[in-house]
Amino acid sequence: MDDEITLRVTRYRPDKDDEPAWQDYDVPLRTEWTVLDALNHVKDDVDTTLAFRWSCRMGICGSCGMNVDGEPRLTCATFLSDYAPGPVRVEPLGNFPVARDLVVDIDDFMRKLPQVKPWIIREEEQSVDDGEYLQTPEELDAYKQFSMCINCMLCYAACPVYGLDPDFVGPAAIALAERYDLDSRDQGARERLDVLIEHEGVYGCTFVGECTRVCPKHVDPAGAIQRYKLKTAQQSVKAFLLPRALRR
Amino acid sequence: MSDDQVVAGHDVLLVGGGLAGLRAAIAVAESDPGLDVAVVSKVYPMRSHSVSAEGGAAGAIAADDTLDEHAYDTVSGSDWLGDQDAIEAFVREAPRELLRLEHWGCPWSRQPDGHVAVRAFGGMKKKRTWFAADKTGFHMLHALFQTTLKYDEVARYDEWFVTRLLVDDGRVHGVVAVELRSGRIRAITAKAVILATGGCGKVFPFTTNANINTGDGMALAYRAGAPLKDMEMVQYHPTGLPFTGILITEATRAEGGWLVNKDGYRYLQDYDLGKPTPTPELRSMELGPRDRLSQAFVHEQEKGRTVESPYGEVVHLDLRHLGAELIDSRLPFVRELCLKYERIDPVTDLIPVRPVVHYMMGGVSTDIDGATPLAGLFAAGETACVSINGANRLGSNSLPECLVFGARAGRAAAEYAAGAPALPAAIAAQVSDEVRRIEQEVMGSAPRDDSIAAIRTQMQETMEISAGIYRTGESLAKGMDTLQELQERLPKVGIRDTSHAWNTELMAALEAANMLDVAECMLASGLQREESRGAHQRTDFPARDDERFLAHQLVVRNDDGTPRVERQPVTITRWPPGERVYGR
Amino acid sequence: MTDAGDQQTRLDERGGYRRPVPVLWWIRKPTYFLFVMRELSSIFVAWLVLYLLLFVRAVGRGEAAYQEFLDWAASPWLVVLNLVAFAFVLLHTITWFALTPQAMVVDLRGRRLPPAAIIGAQYAGLAVVSAFVLWLVTR
Repeated sequence: MDDEITLRVTRYRPDKDDEPAWQDYDVPLRTEWTVLDALNHVKDDVDTTLAFRWSCRMGICGSCGMNVDGEPRLTCATFLSDYAPGPVRVEPLGNFPVARDLVVDIDDFMRKLPQVKPWIIREEEQSVDDGEYLQTPEELDAYKQFSMCINCMLCYAACPVYGLDPDFVGPAAIALAERYDLDSRDQGARERLDVLIEHEGVYGCTFVGECTRVCPKHVDPAGAIQRYKLKTAQQSVKAFLLPRALRR
Repeated sequence: MSDDQVVAGHDVLLVGGGLAGLRAAIAVAESDPGLDVAVVSKVYPMRSHSVSAEGGAAGAIAADDTLDEHAYDTVSGSDWLGDQDAIEAFVREAPRELLRLEHWGCPWSRQPDGHVAVRAFGGMKKKRTWFAADKTGFHMLHALFQTTLKYDEVARYDEWFVTRLLVDDGRVHGVVAVELRSGRIRAITAKAVILATGGCGKVFPFTTNANINTGDGMALAYRAGAPLKDMEMVQYHPTGLPFTGILITEATRAEGGWLVNKDGYRYLQDYDLGKPTPTPELRSMELGPRDRLSQAFVHEQEKGRTVESPYGEVVHLDLRHLGAELIDSRLPFVRELCLKYERIDPVTDLIPVRPVVHYMMGGVSTDIDGATPLAGLFAAGETACVSINGANRLGSNSLPECLVFGARAGRAAAEYAAGAPALPAAIAAQVSDEVRRIEQEVMGSAPRDDSIAAIRTQMQETMEISAGIYRTGESLAKGMDTLQELQERLPKVGIRDTSHAWNTELMAALEAANMLDVAECMLASGLQREESRGAHQRTDFPARDDERFLAHQLVVRNDDGTPRVERQPVTITRWPPGERVYGR
Repeated sequence: MTDAGDQQTRLDERGGYRRPVPVLWWIRKPTYFLFVMRELSSIFVAWLVLYLLLFVRAVGRGEAAYQEFLDWAASPWLVVLNLVAFAFVLLHTITWFALTPQAMVVDLRGRRLPPAAIIGAQYAGLAVVSAFVLWLVTR
């Protein structure tokens, strides 16, 4: 008999159920299968009503984030055999409202994203005719890590602050703001500061560090946030101590 | 029309929120701030498959490079099926679009002096491929998406699935779409619609493509009466991982990787692609065009020189001689993917690879400004076929293609919309009809002992045999018969999921219907092209036949639902048809 | 029309099912537990500061007050408290040192200082100060 493993999956239909419930599925335990492969097996051959998001299956689109045995993970990058003998709990991504089965509502993040102004802000735009803004490899390295975010939101699922207070701007949004602040072509740090210095901005973070631990792309949002805090503290001190003429 | 049927009206509507769609949206907003533009996509824009492109984007900027050389490489790469006026416009605008994206924050890899760096790529005589490490598509899409957030004029319908184009009297007037979250079905009216839904790799079993690439835009256009062009031209990328089909970028070969068979022999030298050299020579050996490399694999397999693996025959990609430092700085994502999905380290191990379906040269037929023959309907990106890629696309041409033609289609659609007439009353009937079709016919039919997955798998298996790297008239015709049967089975499958909210089974059924239409067009077109050119190789017609087939093939839907194939001449400007020469 | 229009209003109002956060959320994961302990440790840091101030005050008030303080400090519950406090201060110090490189990025002559250097520097500093205090107290 082939090896099998039980998936314990959250089911929830908003137009029919009052609250989520578990449903168990026994799936083959194949060494090359990811949890996503197992879910697709269920959807194709066992229960066509199971709903979940997925797309690229190679860890770059950020669609397939779910809580696997309580940990936020990309199911396309999580191997089933790591959970043998099981059962494996597969739940919707933590800290977000559940829209249906394993699908969560990420409107909150989509709303916060534009608030941190994640685009190049310049006093004067250069024309395309004048070529590229020069940027050395060292200048690129300064922000490169923070540009790797795939918006999978595992960090939001891991963050206890966000879990308790959904108004917190959150790790990915702040890391993205820092990515632009550190980009040598950008001049918009002041504008982003106004948003992030609010109580629900960087100072909502208590440096739990879970976001960095679960990030599949090694963005280190916790580091981005603490560095941002240090930067804003330095700005405040400078503003307080230095005469206007010497402030930047 | 009753108010609850229409959710909103716009001037220009983008279907698809990837690289081409978002670029077009910005082009509309910038060309006329008074215009109302919206993007409807079945996924959030940052999930679009543009995100997975790895290798780079071509734009001639090096001091020793010229637009003409980029154009010639593209023309010959296309096996002379590319329209040369479109190619000339493309190579001219590509560098400007890539620079514009740089201004919008794209983190292009740089030379020590701060200028953008360029690298070699398959089929290109000079180094002209811009890159952002080996995650070029990811960085381009995110920079572009984040820039669109700056434009208040660009509205978005995230996770709405478009099921049909509204057409009246030869003009497009918008779409009908399902809001996935709630299941409600509404019309979004628009004066102009731009299709930018990407490719259709999922009609095949092994593909680098994502779950979402089901040819939706192509099917929408086809059913609305717009022709699809060059549908037989499917690109097999030579290096995909077995089982998953995950893409291993051409950049591995541009940086010096070798393709070897089971004897460790660089077999490409046997196929008129030049002689092996220790470092890569442009347009030679591993830097030859993708169609020729994929065909070489098939020949090696026939000779029994490929390697047996648990997931089929493979060859090996050897990167060991590049060293860990180069791999970590230029190909870090490749290393990550190999470690994760193959449990091997390219620094010390050989990577198992095989050709997998990657890109669709064919698509919705457009002119050089992205306009289809159907008034108000435009298309751009992989969904469209202008054509600049002809019978074979060169690596790193598709990313700038999305930007160049996304922008052109945006501007053309904006101009059209500014002068377009008002919505006709007849549209209301179409909307009601579509709602009824989905609610009652698709969702209402009782579940039978059949499944969407079974139909889809059979379609994919059929396409693998009938539309593989080498094809015959017999297998193409047989494939069409099988697809016909599958098209009859699908409406009867029935949907078990009765919930309206987030009904992914409904989505799978609609996508399967789209895929069957697209697959049928691919085989119908392939059957009519009785020659071998680029990616379309017929063992029963092994030679290129410029006399009869230096032409595009257009597939148009007859009233009874069957496809008919017409021909359209290729635009030749400065490069008369010649021999495609690589490695000598 | 028999579509989901009516249900939509209900779903909109609901905005998805919000899973309740349990009061003891921090027991569920070792990393959460460690975090809460780390935060709690600041209470013990405050206690030891207070204790040190009381100690200094006792010393300043002369022999009798100093002896009284020592007797008080020897009471078992206080010893236990201070042992616990010391453990928490150790936790506080170790986690603080470990987290510093994430918060503070130091570039020296164009190269980024590795995290180990920053952590090592802090322990070195701790060692130096501790050695000095030890010398002060034992001479």
